[in-house]
Amino acid sequence: METLENIKLNPEGYLTDFSQWTPEVGNNIAREEGIEMTDDHWKVIHYLQDQYKQEVPLSIRKVGKSGVVTIKEFYALFPQGPLKISSRIAGIPKPASCI
Amino acid sequence: MEATETLVRDTKKVEDKKVKKMMLILSKATIENVYAAFILANGARMEGIESEIFFTFFGLEAIDKDKLEHLHVATVGNPAMHIPTMLGGLPGMEALATSMMKKEMEKLDIPPVDEFLEILTASGVKMWACKLAMDMFHKEKKDLIDDLDGVLTVGDFYQRAAGEGTHLLFI
Repeated sequence: METLENIKLNPEGYLTDFSQWTPEVGNNIAREEGIEMTDDHWKVIHYLQDQYKQEVPLSIRKVGKSGVVTIKEFYALFPQGPLKISSRIAGIPKPASCI
Repeated sequence: MEATETLVRDTKKVEDKKVKKMMLILSKATIENVYAAFILANGARMEGIESEIFFTFFGLEAIDKDKLEHLHVATVGNPAMHIPTMLGGLPGMEALATSMMKKEMEKLDIPPVDEFLEILTASGVKMWACKLAMDMFHKEKKDLIDDLDGVLTVGDFYQRAAGEGTHLLFI
């Protein structure tokens, strides 16, 4: 868990500085969330980071249409809240979307 | 040490009071009410909260294959429209207001009703039709969306609401 020690997090546990993110940081956050990362998880994480860099606002609907993962698969990968948990693992801000 | 214990206790208190399941009852077919139910049900799933919708009375139209794509916003008897009631009753007014509203919603990435129903199913929202309402409107299961989880009585619905952290909401 030592790799999360020097990482700046907001009170909800989201990275405040994306440049601090490494796959190891993502893995540690995933462990906190009780998620064992697989290739499918990483595919979603990389897609989210890509969208974030392009400043595209994220929603479940958009992820479902991305071709990376269906909405059903997205929920299966991150059952406790797909968009908010995957965003946390990806080191990007919590999406402000209701959809 | 004491502080840690307090923290643990407070965290547990919050955990105990967490919303675990939302049971929504949709009784209306105006588009603003249908969307309210859908957004609340979907929003719950996004937070990892279970959610179910019970479609009763006019709410049945939201899962009626022939009607779900033609739901309208109410222009009469709706003070929030800010138009005189007489104008709201003119032919075409509902259609006009509805198409304007739909355009605004698309801008906000809010899906149309049919796609929203698919999203709800994919997200694990359970959808139930009210038996009494179906009898009243002479509807059969084949008239309703294929993704429907079943037909329930009020009693069945309450049974499903059992357990701590369940909230019921009537729309």
